[in-house]
Amino acid sequence: MSALLQVRGLGRHYGQRIGCEDVSFDLHPGELLCIVGESGSGKSTLLNTVAAQQAPSAGSACYRQRSGGWLELGALGEADRRRLAREEWGFVTQNPRDGLRLNVSAGANVAERLMALGMRNYAQLRDIARGWLERVEIDPARIDDAPTSFSGGMQQRLQIARTLVTQPRLVFMDEPTAGLDVSVQARILDLLRRLVNELGLAAVMVTHDLAVARLLAARTLVMQGGRVVETGLTDQILDDPQHPYTQLLVSSVLTT
Amino acid sequence: MTYNFAFLDEDTKRMLRRALLKAVAIPGYQVPFGSREMPLPYGWGTGGIQVTAALLGPDDVLKVIDQGADDTTNAVNIRRFFHRVAGVATTEHTAEATLIQTRHRIPETSLREDQILVFQVPEPEPLRTLEPREAETRTLHALADYGLMHVKLYEDIAQYGHIATSYDYPVLVDGRFLTSPSPIPKFDNPKLDRSPALMLFGAGREKRLYAIPPYTRVESLAFDDHPFEIQRWEHRCELCGSGESYLDEVVVDDRGTRMFVCSDTDFCSGRRTEAQA
Repeated sequence: MSALLQVRGLGRHYGQRIGCEDVSFDLHPGELLCIVGESGSGKSTLLNTVAAQQAPSAGSACYRQRSGGWLELGALGEADRRRLAREEWGFVTQNPRDGLRLNVSAGANVAERLMALGMRNYAQLRDIARGWLERVEIDPARIDDAPTSFSGGMQQRLQIARTLVTQPRLVFMDEPTAGLDVSVQARILDLLRRLVNELGLAAVMVTHDLAVARLLAARTLVMQGGRVVETGLTDQILDDPQHPYTQLLVSSVLTT
Repeated sequence: MTYNFAFLDEDTKRMLRRALLKAVAIPGYQVPFGSREMPLPYGWGTGGIQVTAALLGPDDVLKVIDQGADDTTNAVNIRRFFHRVAGVATTEHTAEATLIQTRHRIPETSLREDQILVFQVPEPEPLRTLEPREAETRTLHALADYGLMHVKLYEDIAQYGHIATSYDYPVLVDGRFLTSPSPIPKFDNPKLDRSPALMLFGAGREKRLYAIPPYTRVESLAFDDHPFEIQRWEHRCELCGSGESYLDEVVVDDRGTRMFVCSDTDFCSGRRTEAQA
């Protein structure tokens, strides 16, 4: 099967400093790839560069569109970038307040992307929004409530609903469970795993939590100092780490 | 003291005319212009007054209305201002005017090809309440990415059961640019569509001009199952008996007695004169 995303020698520099350097990987449809590493290791830089939110300084990232054609993301114009972000991609931010529109109701948040795609039937928008609230375990009766009245975990689930409502092919997630307490994290991870399986999404997820990678990802990429130090099947990496840094990372997980 | 004709200097008027030509060429597009200090505060019509000054010729007949009325402070002052600095004839009759400056209304009497309507606009950007960043709204206009506007209409229906936006109701001009019709009631929106008269919009504080040229398609946004509707009243005008005009509700005494009257004073008095004759 042909890849959805092809990253080759990708680098992003901030002046003299290295954000990330020489990163290569393929992402196939239906696959969830985790990027792990300590804070400052270039995970988010890599994610933002692959998601075309910033231009790469070196290398290339290519995306295969629904129509089958390949797009070089570094050379993408603003109009194409927005079209992709609207129609084929989703982006889940760490802080739901960055990804949500806080001054409108939960229902409007879920329906916004559909309206951007041209759906103009109010009753239909409501039905879909209710359905998605239910899927992410938010009481559909709260459809007209403001997201500010939701708890942190609910806001994150709302953001997931809002992102997935258009059935994107590729979703980028930047530490979607960081800053949530452990029981809420578990529910969101559970939810994500179910949705990813149901919808056959491909996803790139940044996390510093190895347990998240273990639970969700088939493949994992370990980063340190802007470079990929180890890559492979998640179980393999976590059970038999080869690189000293990965060994340190794995051994520093608290076990009970 | 003498003023240059129509107050503004010739260079400023030239700059304004160039901006207006561009605005007419791209219907609904907001053209930046070098807005000048005017002898009245922002929000009182500095944009409209500059557009009027740039258009006015010695043979023009000027009418100024505010909320439909010719006799309110804003209207009286602007009309007197142009009478003083340009010496042009002024009128209260819509049919006699060649140039009409307006705030918050479009006259009830149908306009003609040889008339120009100038609107005073406080906020030219229809997306502003939803997107505060100017760079972002300009990009959205450039890409015709207007899904956001429906978020506001969605919120209206979710909260009130119908589209409760009753003035400054967003329109799509010529199928391309999302445009604010200025704070006119949505009752007046259908009058924008394919109007024979040229419509010009000036926002002095925001330094933007835009235009709806004659016979341009103007579509009010809506949902398929919640179509655009204008206001309706159960009353008729108590002065002229009109059932088709936009009505103001006026409290007439301390006991809360109300009456409904036409907001367009010229239309109302015209009908009353007709009825007497």
